[in-house]
Amino acid sequence: MKMSRALAGFLCAAVLGLAVTPWLAGEFYMDLMIRIMILGIFAMSLDLLVGYTGLISFGHAAFFGLSGYILAIVTPESGPITLWYALFMCLAGSAIAAAAIGWVSVRTSGVYFIMITLAFSQMFFYYFNGSVELGSSDGIFIFFRPDVTLGGFALIDLGDEYTFYYFVLASLVGSYLFLTMVLRSPFGKVIQGVRANEARTRALGFATQRYKLVSFIIAGTLAGFAGFLEATHTGFVSPAHLGWHESGMILIIVILGGIGTLYGPVMGAFVLVFLQDKFQEISDLWLLLMGFFVIAVVLFLPHGIAGLFARLTGARPADGTEVGDKGLAPTVPAKSREGADGGGTA
Amino acid sequence: MDLATFLIQVLNGVQYGFMLFLVASGLTLIFGVMGIINIAHGAFYMIGAYLAFWLTGVVGNLFLAIVLGIPLMVAIGYAVERLAITHLYHRDHLYQVLLTYGLILIFNEAQKLLWGTGFHGVRVPAILSGAVPLTDTLVYPHYRLFISVVCLGVAAGMYVAINRTKLGMMIRAGASNREMVEALGIDIGKVFAIVFSLGAALAGFSGMIGAPISSVYPGMGDQILIISFVVVVIGGIGSIKGAFVGAMLIGLADTFGQVLLPELSSMVVYALMAIILFWWPQGLFGRRV
Amino acid sequence: MPKKQNSTTTRRRFLVGTAATTGLAVAGGVLPTRFAIGAMAPIKIGILLPYSGTYAALGNAITDALKLRIEQAGGKLGGRDVEYVAINSEMSVPKAPTNTEKLIKKDEVDFLVGPVHSGIAAVMAKIVGKRTAPIMIVPNAGSNAVTGPLCGKNIFRTSFSNWQPAYPGGELMAKEGHKTAVTISWKYGAGIQMMGAGKEAFEKNGGKVVQEILIPFPQVEFQAHLAEIAALKPDAVFAFYSGGGATKFLQDYAAAGLKDNIPLYGPGFLTEGVTKAAGAAAEGIKTTLHYADTLDTDANRNFRSAYQAVAGRGADVFAVQGYDTGSLLLQAAAAVGGDVSASADVIKAMEQATFPDSPRGDWHMSKAHNPIQDIYLRQVVNGEQKLLGVAAKQLEDPATGCKLV
Repeated sequence: MKMSRALAGFLCAAVLGLAVTPWLAGEFYMDLMIRIMILGIFAMSLDLLVGYTGLISFGHAAFFGLSGYILAIVTPESGPITLWYALFMCLAGSAIAAAAIGWVSVRTSGVYFIMITLAFSQMFFYYFNGSVELGSSDGIFIFFRPDVTLGGFALIDLGDEYTFYYFVLASLVGSYLFLTMVLRSPFGKVIQGVRANEARTRALGFATQRYKLVSFIIAGTLAGFAGFLEATHTGFVSPAHLGWHESGMILIIVILGGIGTLYGPVMGAFVLVFLQDKFQEISDLWLLLMGFFVIAVVLFLPHGIAGLFARLTGARPADGTEVGDKGLAPTVPAKSREGADGGGTA
Repeated sequence: MDLATFLIQVLNGVQYGFMLFLVASGLTLIFGVMGIINIAHGAFYMIGAYLAFWLTGVVGNLFLAIVLGIPLMVAIGYAVERLAITHLYHRDHLYQVLLTYGLILIFNEAQKLLWGTGFHGVRVPAILSGAVPLTDTLVYPHYRLFISVVCLGVAAGMYVAINRTKLGMMIRAGASNREMVEALGIDIGKVFAIVFSLGAALAGFSGMIGAPISSVYPGMGDQILIISFVVVVIGGIGSIKGAFVGAMLIGLADTFGQVLLPELSSMVVYALMAIILFWWPQGLFGRRV
Repeated sequence: MPKKQNSTTTRRRFLVGTAATTGLAVAGGVLPTRFAIGAMAPIKIGILLPYSGTYAALGNAITDALKLRIEQAGGKLGGRDVEYVAINSEMSVPKAPTNTEKLIKKDEVDFLVGPVHSGIAAVMAKIVGKRTAPIMIVPNAGSNAVTGPLCGKNIFRTSFSNWQPAYPGGELMAKEGHKTAVTISWKYGAGIQMMGAGKEAFEKNGGKVVQEILIPFPQVEFQAHLAEIAALKPDAVFAFYSGGGATKFLQDYAAAGLKDNIPLYGPGFLTEGVTKAAGAAAEGIKTTLHYADTLDTDANRNFRSAYQAVAGRGADVFAVQGYDTGSLLLQAAAAVGGDVSASADVIKAMEQATFPDSPRGDWHMSKAHNPIQDIYLRQVVNGEQKLLGVAAKQLEDPATGCKLV
């Protein structure tokens, strides 16, 4: 995970830009940036699976929505719940669900993995869709945002829009650093080896399925964290939050941003949300424009925005992106991938 | 549940299964031969249904509309393959999902521009408008029986075409060893274009023949898409036989799930899929991909 | 724009007085010259409705009729030009918060019209209810909650609550001599609420619901349940579906031979806008709704021909709801002479609005801001909704849980 100086500079500038946004932009853009940052965390969590472990999940929204439902269930109607308790419940719930789904799913591979993750997320979808106590297809409200109080004094009150903004920003930066750390650890090296060549990694003596499962749990838990933030933000969760459209949308964001880069998917969230905003304004047929845009990305921007950015700054994309073309191609040796920064693409 | 009701529910399940098979067969064919995940398959189904509605209005007869509609579907499939899909053969599934998702958006908007946003019905042809009495209150329409017969015919036809014809031989060879086929001088690109067009036509045909019972409305393709994928995955991606068995399983599971487990009915098919993939990670009749 | 409020207060008082003396008709011509430049800006109407997917037809009907109504009144609201900002809701609940915030905070709309979907309505109501502006007008979504627990000063509805069209349907079923019934619908808010209201009325009048079938939304495979109904042999079936689902349900119900043996009842949406698509399968079915195509009034006839002329298709209940939304906006803006920032006065005008020229017949707002309206008994005859009479006169939703009541 070496990165060019230009890129590091850009990311620092971006974070700085996000930090001053609330003072410069109006209420609406502040709100929009919160949504983008939350989607960014969600997209990064999926990138850990798609871009680094080689597992294409088409059901990642299951954790995003499940976590929101957990928040809705634990939040009483009378007042806010303690942040730490709510957060613990949401993350634990997502982790347990990810462990259960992952345990079955990582046995399969390729298209079957795509489809079994879809199947599980649809099961969650229909469970909540049919649950009258939880509002069925209309969804359910969360009336109070969690807070941290000490002796009656609110230390962190997420109900305050500015506090919440910086809480989300800190979460975004924290998630990025956390994932970077995971990927630099020996564990991270192994899952990237799995993606490059699972058979070889297994031959080296690693129980690859277990590594894939742990990666799946980390990704699911982080998606749950994003879901917790989203539910806190909008005060609402519905079955559509865990439907396949959401799972598809987050996949699009990851690819649009550039898989295997972490920061790329965050840019993807930024671009997609703003495009939607603009397309909506210029045309009634904005979904048609969106369709052509998506196809254009696939055909002309296989490395996503991160790849484009890397080309413009003359730097090479961070490791992993070149696999975009070949996908799970098992012929790409892990060695050449690690050397991608040095100039060798497979 | 008495025996008569049980048998009626079996009939319902099997009939639903036939319909699912018709849609899923094109999907599995495209995947099995070309390695392409086409999530725009539901959109082809929808286009087929709208063609049936439109052409029936023009020529006055559903059968004639289907005869005219199939070449149109083949042409649409061919155009999509040449313009977009052809760039995806060496790309990851991820990009296939994404590009065909873009196609869904485009087809949905095109449908809106061409046919508007209303709901439409298609009349059952007069000769098939009768029904068979089942109990004193329940009858079974001839048209549903007709669809079942057509589905069986399509299944048999596909079996023969793939196992007994030259095109089928090329398809089978292309599916198992692309390089070898190319080395033998067969234009694999052409085979792919044909297969994709046929797959699109099958989806469109399902939409056309199903139109009188499904009715025709915007967004109808999305609903059938996911369940077709479930069928294909259960059966083993690329296997026509698997798609048939998968369709029957899903048809019956869904029907009986609705009656016996109404609270969980829509989870039943997905639970079934998870269980099957747990024991058969490549589906029932799948091969390693 | 909170800063503006002080300066507009006096102007508003002045304008209200002027409007009262010059009368509504002249207001359009005279008042604009008296406005400060800022107030000459067009009144912004934000619209959040589906323009794609299964319910796109509803979004189009509401929008076309709303614009038609305002065009008929000269294309101005209280003398000011009108600017529409329409967003396709895509029937997506996850996108609803962003879309709503966009209309409120970015476009700063004065009025917010939408949605069709009850889940989206709840999201919008929750956001709007916390603010004083804009004023939200629901032109379709029938969720009881919108004018129940979620009701608010600046939230109005011009359509119906799910309870309204369903309750008289249950009554009717009992009055026509049926003793047992099966209810069948989608398992979601609208379905559950309508089936609940129908059951309540049916059992109050001596009937008994023997089975309640709820199918996951938006599934349209009915065969298994039709066989179940055939085995149960109830006297009648009470059903709610709409759009494509309704077409398919009616066709399957008829094709299974049940239509000749077990009469079908339901809230009017079951047969609304789908009679052409369903054909013979819809013939003879009796439903209850707050509108009927063949209402024999000048208002209705004029509306239908005007709508047909601009939209190129026949009007339905959704168009009527859009049309009345337009009437409500006209009255609200006229009462304050176009100065819609005076939200307390606007709200008061909306609460007192009357609809003598409504195609559905006169109605007015309840304390919870939901229409108090006649519910008609209709029957499908030759593909038309034939009016049989009034099933419930000036019916008011119970508005359970609303703090305005």
